[in-house]
Amino acid sequence: MPEGGHAARLAAVSGSWRQESYVDGPIRAMAVATLFWGIVGFLVGVVVASQLAFPLLNLDLEWTTFGRLRPVHTSAVIFAFGGNALLCTSLYVVQRTCRARLFGGEEMGWFLFWGYQFFIVMAALGYVLGVTQGKEYAEPEWYVDLWLTVVWVSYLVAFGGTILRREEPHIYVANWFFLAFIITVAMLHIGNNIALPLSLGHVKSYGAASGVQDAMIQWWYGHNAVGFFLTAGFLGIMYYFIPKQADRPVYSYRLSIIHFWSLIFLYIWAGPHHLHYTALPDWAQTLGMVFSVMLWMPSWGGMINGLMTLSGAWDKLRTDPGLRFSVAAVGFYAMATFEGPVMSIKAVNALSHYTDWTIGHVHSGALGWNGFITFGALYWLVPRLWGKTELYSKKLAEWHFWIATLGIVLYITAMWVSGIMQGLMWRSYDELGFLQYSFVETVAAMHPYYVIRMLGGVLYLSGALLMAYNLWRTVRDVPQTQPLVTPVFPAASPAE
Amino acid sequence: MPTKIEKDAVSGRDTTGHEWDGIKELNTPLPKWWIYTFYATIVFALVWVVLYPALPIRGATGVTGWTARGAIVDEMVERANQQAPMLNALRGATPQQIVADADLRNFALAGGRVAFANNCAGCHGAGGQGAPGGFPSLADDDWIWGGKLDQIRDTIRHGVRNTEDEAARATMMPRFLADGLLKPAQVNDVAEHVLGLSGRATDPAAAGRGAALFAENCASCHGERGLGNREMGAPNLADQVWLYGGDKAAVVHSIAYARAGVMPSWSTRLDPAVVNMLAVYVHALGGGEAE
Repeated sequence: MPEGGHAARLAAVSGSWRQESYVDGPIRAMAVATLFWGIVGFLVGVVVASQLAFPLLNLDLEWTTFGRLRPVHTSAVIFAFGGNALLCTSLYVVQRTCRARLFGGEEMGWFLFWGYQFFIVMAALGYVLGVTQGKEYAEPEWYVDLWLTVVWVSYLVAFGGTILRREEPHIYVANWFFLAFIITVAMLHIGNNIALPLSLGHVKSYGAASGVQDAMIQWWYGHNAVGFFLTAGFLGIMYYFIPKQADRPVYSYRLSIIHFWSLIFLYIWAGPHHLHYTALPDWAQTLGMVFSVMLWMPSWGGMINGLMTLSGAWDKLRTDPGLRFSVAAVGFYAMATFEGPVMSIKAVNALSHYTDWTIGHVHSGALGWNGFITFGALYWLVPRLWGKTELYSKKLAEWHFWIATLGIVLYITAMWVSGIMQGLMWRSYDELGFLQYSFVETVAAMHPYYVIRMLGGVLYLSGALLMAYNLWRTVRDVPQTQPLVTPVFPAASPAE
Repeated sequence: MPTKIEKDAVSGRDTTGHEWDGIKELNTPLPKWWIYTFYATIVFALVWVVLYPALPIRGATGVTGWTARGAIVDEMVERANQQAPMLNALRGATPQQIVADADLRNFALAGGRVAFANNCAGCHGAGGQGAPGGFPSLADDDWIWGGKLDQIRDTIRHGVRNTEDEAARATMMPRFLADGLLKPAQVNDVAEHVLGLSGRATDPAAAGRGAALFAENCASCHGERGLGNREMGAPNLADQVWLYGGDKAAVVHSIAYARAGVMPSWSTRLDPAVVNMLAVYVHALGGGEAE
């Protein structure tokens, strides 16, 4: 700790500052919400996967059709599960690595918690009732968007404010990633949701842009929701929890700097690869592709730092199922961030676009990377948040790991086969020059893979239920060894 | 202000001297393979933007001159050229001529299969087997508007009872109950008679009363013995093939309210060559009738 830091100087005149403790109450709530929404999101995922395999399950009710439940699934896993995981871990990490109480205190923490849950519920209600902007991952209408803006700017203030009052001379790399994620998501959210409501009393609005401009803005948003929400934010999680779990220093400080700046600079231009072979001008498609290709190594920088941090601690994989999740997550991250640039190449995209290959790609990232890194963090964090040192059952966590991994393997291999088959069937001609397959024949051919995908989802959901049980028993039954309130400056630490 | 640079025992590397909540960092240099692969992707990107369109200027292309629109037009022209001779021949031929020529027939069956799957299978089923609710099977010999090549082609061309084509097949069955032509009891009697035509009457007395009503109201289109009339699109009522279900409730409903099934006009959507191919294909599904 630096001499003459704010806290130290204040402490010289008054002992009270040193009594400060970390704001952990809302973080505990966010951990519970992460689990809760994770299970909701996985469950709805299984439901929509079943609907694709067995259309009868749409139930012929407007509220339960695939079209309405699909955004419930995507928003529940990305924004509700992923968002709560990010809130939970980022607020925990920023306080510890800055040695500063959360800016805004308990009140700010609870506002962020309830404000964010309210956003989730309002968004999901809209989807089920048919209120939507029809923009992927940005379905909520204007009134929900406005509310999220309030919550998100508060998040930025709380996070940035905590960094500003840090007692450490440098900002830890996890916090760079968290901050980049919070700022960029604010920019993306506002940029993609500029819309005029029909009236203040009406749920419907019209977006400011239209046509190909609207599509471009949408995929600038959509791609960077992946890049900053699901990549940068979750790299922040990785950069704290893997060194903690492995009890090893981060592999390379220099690599973290270079890959951070190259990642955030390059990612923001890659969105047009979602619009290959559309009305988007060729030049924008070309740029989207080449920026995606250049993203490969910046993405892999995070993988190297994650995996190599384990050198000297690989044996811990045998004994710590939480670490095993985190490391497997980095493996899936590496796979998905290689597959992404490959799929952005136009010749490959001509085959993969609009097929299940894309769905498989997204899920190797979402289930493997985002899900597993979150599970790893939760297995480490939940005991500590409740003042405990041990999990209720390592055995259950191991079962979770293998069940979920098998689920992912079933899911993504089924989608690879189904997607590539679908793409090849669409483009195959017979010798007389006719397209060989009709659309409905491709749908029929995909059915078995849809069933396999559904089973993969069931396994993944089952694993999450095991985790929920394990963590609940941890909180309820494992003896507490630490106080629930953690002082920012433990009495034992020598005053400078 | 790095304060406590240490040597990490495992890797032999120095730390940076920073520490956050117990986490330290090593000062490991960038992996060589990583940085060179990164450079390689940048070089790839630079080459690519020279070869392909990358400037936001109208008409600007890369040195290859490639454009997405140009590429798709080239491919479509190539496909069209490949098929043009056959399609031209099909457009000018009668279905009878197509069937008589082995090459034309072969081509028409292949193209008809694709066109059928994309346009017709939604109602008539992937194999033309039909579907409950008024979508007739095209794979049997129970034709409503005729099963000869020309008749099939006319039905495809103009459709049935649509509003988009004046030449659509238009005859309609009256709604005998709804329009006050028959009373409920009489509808019941006619239905019993109709069931009796295929030997399934449940109430001989009612069927007997229905016979007279049938002769008066139905026979002009469906024929005295209910064998149907393809000129009028009046289905055969004496077989076991039913468009809307053959149980009594369904028959009563058909008499009382009629059904008036609709089929679109395809001449307004499809190339005449495609309509010809469809006619040949449907004719070959199993029930096509000789000239």
